[in-house]
Amino acid sequence: MPRLVSHPDEIKLVSRRFGMGATNIDRYLELGGYEAVKKCLAQGPEWIVEEMKASGLRGRGGAGFSAGMKWSFVPKQSAKPKYILVNGDESEPGTCKDHLIFLHDPHAVIEGTIIAGLAVGAKMGFIYLRGEYRYLLEIMERAVADAYDRGYLGKNIFGSGNEFQIITQTGAGAYEVGEESALMESLEGKRGVPRIKPPFPAVVGLYGGPTVINNAETIATVPQVITMGAQAYAALGTPRNGGTRLFCISGHVERPGVYELPMGYNLKKMIYEVAGGIRGGRKLKAVVPGGSSTPVLLPEEIDIGMDFDQVGKAGSMLGSGGVVVIDDQTCIVEFALRTISFYAHESCGWCIPCREGTDWLKKSLTRFHAGFGTDADIGNMQYLAENMLGRTFCPLGDAAAMPTIAFLKKFRKEFEDHLNGTPCPFAREGVPQLTVV
Amino acid sequence: MPDVTFTVDGKKLTAPAGTLLIDACRKAGIEIPAFCYYPGLSLQAACRMCVVRQEKVPKLQTACTTTVAEGQVFITESPEIAQARKATIELLLGNHPLDCPVCDAGGECELQDMTFKYGAGESHYVEVKHHRDEQQWSPAVFYDRPRCILCYRCIRMCGEGMDVWALGIHNRGANSVIVPNDHQQLDCEQCGMCIDVCPVGALTSGSYRYKTRPWEMSHVSTVCTHCADGCKVTLGVRSTNDGAEIVRADNRDKSGINNDFLCAKGRFGFDFVESPDRLTQPLVRNAAGKLEPATWEHALRVAAAKLKEIRDARGGAAIGVIGSDRTTNEENYLLQKFARTVLQTNNIDHERTTDYAAFAHALAGTAGKTASLRDISSACAILLVGGNPTEEHPLLAWLLRTNVRLNRARLYIANSKPIKLDRQAKATQELPPDGFKSLAAFLDQGTSDFSKSLQAEESLVVLFGEEFRGEAVENLVAWGLKRGNVRFAYLGDHSNSRGAADMGLFPDLLPGYVPIEAPGAFAEYPNRPAAPGKTLPQMLEAASNGELGALLVVGANPVSRAKLDHAALKNTFIIVQDLFLTETAALADVVLPAASLYEKSGTVTNTYGDIQMVRKAADRAGVKPDFEILVRLAGAMGVDVSTLVPFGKRGTTGDLGQSRGAQAGEADRHAVWLEANNLEPKLSPFDPLALLDEIERLVPGYTLDRINLFAGNDVHTKLEATPGFVPVQALSNPDLIVPAHDTLFTSGTLGQYSTALKQLTQHQAKELAETAAD
Ligand SMILES: Cc1cc2nc3c(=O)[nH]c(=O)nc-3n(C[C@H](O)[C@H](O)[C@H](O)COP(=O)(O)O)c2cc1C
Ligand code: SF4
Ligand code: SF4
Ligand code: SF4
Ligand code: FES
Repeated sequence: MPRLVSHPDEIKLVSRRFGMGATNIDRYLELGGYEAVKKCLAQGPEWIVEEMKASGLRGRGGAGFSAGMKWSFVPKQSAKPKYILVNGDESEPGTCKDHLIFLHDPHAVIEGTIIAGLAVGAKMGFIYLRGEYRYLLEIMERAVADAYDRGYLGKNIFGSGNEFQIITQTGAGAYEVGEESALMESLEGKRGVPRIKPPFPAVVGLYGGPTVINNAETIATVPQVITMGAQAYAALGTPRNGGTRLFCISGHVERPGVYELPMGYNLKKMIYEVAGGIRGGRKLKAVVPGGSSTPVLLPEEIDIGMDFDQVGKAGSMLGSGGVVVIDDQTCIVEFALRTISFYAHESCGWCIPCREGTDWLKKSLTRFHAGFGTDADIGNMQYLAENMLGRTFCPLGDAAAMPTIAFLKKFRKEFEDHLNGTPCPFAREGVPQLTVV
Repeated sequence: MPDVTFTVDGKKLTAPAGTLLIDACRKAGIEIPAFCYYPGLSLQAACRMCVVRQEKVPKLQTACTTTVAEGQVFITESPEIAQARKATIELLLGNHPLDCPVCDAGGECELQDMTFKYGAGESHYVEVKHHRDEQQWSPAVFYDRPRCILCYRCIRMCGEGMDVWALGIHNRGANSVIVPNDHQQLDCEQCGMCIDVCPVGALTSGSYRYKTRPWEMSHVSTVCTHCADGCKVTLGVRSTNDGAEIVRADNRDKSGINNDFLCAKGRFGFDFVESPDRLTQPLVRNAAGKLEPATWEHALRVAAAKLKEIRDARGGAAIGVIGSDRTTNEENYLLQKFARTVLQTNNIDHERTTDYAAFAHALAGTAGKTASLRDISSACAILLVGGNPTEEHPLLAWLLRTNVRLNRARLYIANSKPIKLDRQAKATQELPPDGFKSLAAFLDQGTSDFSKSLQAEESLVVLFGEEFRGEAVENLVAWGLKRGNVRFAYLGDHSNSRGAADMGLFPDLLPGYVPIEAPGAFAEYPNRPAAPGKTLPQMLEAASNGELGALLVVGANPVSRAKLDHAALKNTFIIVQDLFLTETAALADVVLPAASLYEKSGTVTNTYGDIQMVRKAADRAGVKPDFEILVRLAGAMGVDVSTLVPFGKRGTTGDLGQSRGAQAGEADRHAVWLEANNLEPKLSPFDPLALLDEIERLVPGYTLDRINLFAGNDVHTKLEATPGFVPVQALSNPDLIVPAHDTLFTSGTLGQYSTALKQLTQHQAKELAETAAD
């Protein structure tokens, strides 16, 4: 089981039951579980949606869209059944928070799903776990079965006369099915390829019915918002960025781990105080602030508050909350290659710019890093990435292009240092050099 | 949807709200490049070639998914857009083998065209291209992954268009590859539609690949010779040292009701034309009893002399004539006219595969009750009883599927067996095998959901198969007429079976189903015999009994189906006009090598009654069209051929206007002048169109919209039988009807000479055996 970390600056809401045995339904109840949903049953759908809007809770899956707004888009009347879809596909490199939620607090996900269902009038929810999280499925399934046993799920939940069912499902190992429309395709048993939008899922989603898709953390946060009240929750964060979120700090820090900090928490402080600074007293070289798809920040750019707006202003994105810290002994060319290799491997192949673009970037960078680069390559790679940006069918193409462009722009010198057969300046003993295959 | 106005490249355009921008632009003549968009198939937004800029929208938008709304402003060409498209092409070319010089699609390739337009002359890549070996999926379909641009047109065409779903994608990202349904093999209908829609040379056809360069072909638009649906087909033709050969069949210009559709027979089954078994020299049986090559003059002289001798000595009743389900209307008309006026016999029939006479009888006295293919393709509600269009009428099946898929048409199917089209049906009704006769009664009961929903339909097109004959046809039609707001179509076999019936290849019916005994009918036919003649089986029987002196068989192979003692025919002088030495031709005394439908001009009528122009595409030294053979035969018998084919003024040559210096644009006045001078604008008695006037004048229902017909469109004829007409024998015996039961890969006698169709039949048998073994 991964080591849990903690820091005094943390405000533990979503993570408050981590490590407390809350997978057990009685323990979950002891710790205040299933109270929020009862409150919601009493208050009714409109109230829930208004609370969610007022809380300033923005989606934790990456795009940061207001959860309350999203719920309010679901039509009241619908000929087809409505669905809640919990996105637990968590595959963005640097992101490992949903994993902890499934592991430690599965009932929070169930409770949040029921509340979402009550809010939009859905009778069925799906909890979709990343294929590689198959071992967490057991925990989730156990929790769902317990909830059914207690009458929290089923035809008549909490004796309220409302129906709500939950089905759990795992993927088959594709990052792309984290994208909401590809997720629906996958759940329907098809190839994990995105759908054309519009229509958006809130109107035409799973099996053609109106569907709310939220990240697992967003959903697990919902009961907390209901319990503490929207105003109190919002007040924890910055304007338009309510509450706290789980930041996954990885890379070359002394104390990597998942920390729950208020929105807008200073990035520099996060790295140097919360995570204990750069490992082995080395120097900071770069930070990827929100998962591998977000543009890299230089040390001089990190004195910013970690909310969607401030990171956006700094030229990057808060994304999925995966903060990757890179020290001065790391080769950025290799880092860029690792990043693009991931996206080339994960591109679903549907559209030309992403399918071919990621593949060529990977091939070029592989050769480049191995010391066979030419002057023209740097410009070519930049041209290629810039011509992918904004042109692909879904944001995966952007996710591959954006970091590449940032690496090339901000670390051009380091790329130039690899030219003309120069071996990688960061080549170290014990670290195998990549070669051209 | 109400019309909206929006701006494209500064031009104000109007279209119904919700129209796809790409369609609206194309209609207005603004071409937007597209690889993945294909009209009528689901949207993909995958290729990103159609990107355009929309005012107030941050990113470039795909025109293939953007719907137009009031006041929108778009730009479709700008340096930014051109750059986006160029970059996409560069990416495609990066992994493309660039084997254009040997690629089938070279010169007809959308990737080439786009590269030409947007330029991507320079490669940014030095790495090795991905490679995969080419695969053969079936005798008809080959796949070359390196050339594939993954536009998914093939997958959708096969799935949505054909409802076969044989193609899919394996792997992901740059390793994506199109795969067939049975490992490396295609278990499918082999229609080749996937090849047709492939924008590049990734899917190639077993019959066409590496045969020619596209620009070496000329293209002739004509009609397929196989089934009775009559798809328009564009034949790619190339000269050879003994004529002109067909190398490809498609319908790329999408002219015709079939749009781009062709089935396996239409697309690959043209190769019978090039069969080594083709007859290219007349054959005459010599004293030793063997068929030996002869000149045309000799063969015609022998045949003519014998016909004349028998007619003069024993009367026309001693001669029998059997016509064809595949020759043109003009040929069929001429054949019966020749039989009746020159041979003096009503012993004329054809291999009846469909009871059109009963259909005509049932509809006698009504007007406008037949459904054209166009009616069917846009009908709101269709009742299909009997038949299996997927196998026997591939175009009809395509149009029904498309109508259901795109227009939400309601299809009702009643059949004694499950058929593939059940998948498109709103409701199906199982019938007992003998249930077709009493169908009308069943439908009238109105207790089942099926008949209730049928009754609720405001209008109905009723399609019925060969299960219906004689009385059953009458009953069904009567039921429909009583119901009201109905149109019918009778599903027959072969490309001009309907034309053979319409043109009067009957012993008791003149062209247009006019009873032979009708007072004053075809009065201008000189001395035609008044009594009805013999049917086909009666002729064969008479021949076997030695009662028939001569039998003229044109494009038919009755011996293959009849149980006959060949030796008993030795006293009958048999003349056969055919492409091949068929079972019938092998018994003949004179064999005259005929041109196929692809080697002549004229018109044919499909089973729905839609008439279309046939244009000569291929050429084969040594053969002659049946029309010319008949005229020459008559000539050799000493007949003034202008009484058969009214060309020019009697005994003179015709006039094309030269005598008065006609100019282009004066066609109308010229026509008036010709008529005043009793001249036909035809110079040759071999021109089948010289007969068209007479057909129009004498055959009820064949008043034609000539401009449309000559422009290459389908024109619906009418089934206008005289009320109360009573066919003498045509109706009396439903056993005269022998359906061909052709399948997707068979086409009567003709199909046996197509290598492509034989290979497909074998491939299918193998796939079936494997499925059975699994
Ligand atoms: C390529 C790609 C991968 C994604 N992967 C995930 C993921 O693993 N988990 C997730 O919650 N959202 C992922 N998203 C975002 C989802 O599309 C969607 O925005 C999100 O699930 C909405 O939930 P939220 O509003 O609660 O964030 C991904 C998006 C893209 C474009
Ligand atoms: S950008 Fe295109 S190829 Fe890439 S994952 Fe999205 S749809 Fe697939
Ligand atoms: S030949 Fe026709 S049926 Fe076969 S795969 Fe191609 S489109 Fe599908
Ligand atoms: S084979 Fe042709 S039609 Fe099919 S995806 Fe490839 S390029 Fe498109
Ligand atoms: S035509 Fe629009 S994306 Fe392919």
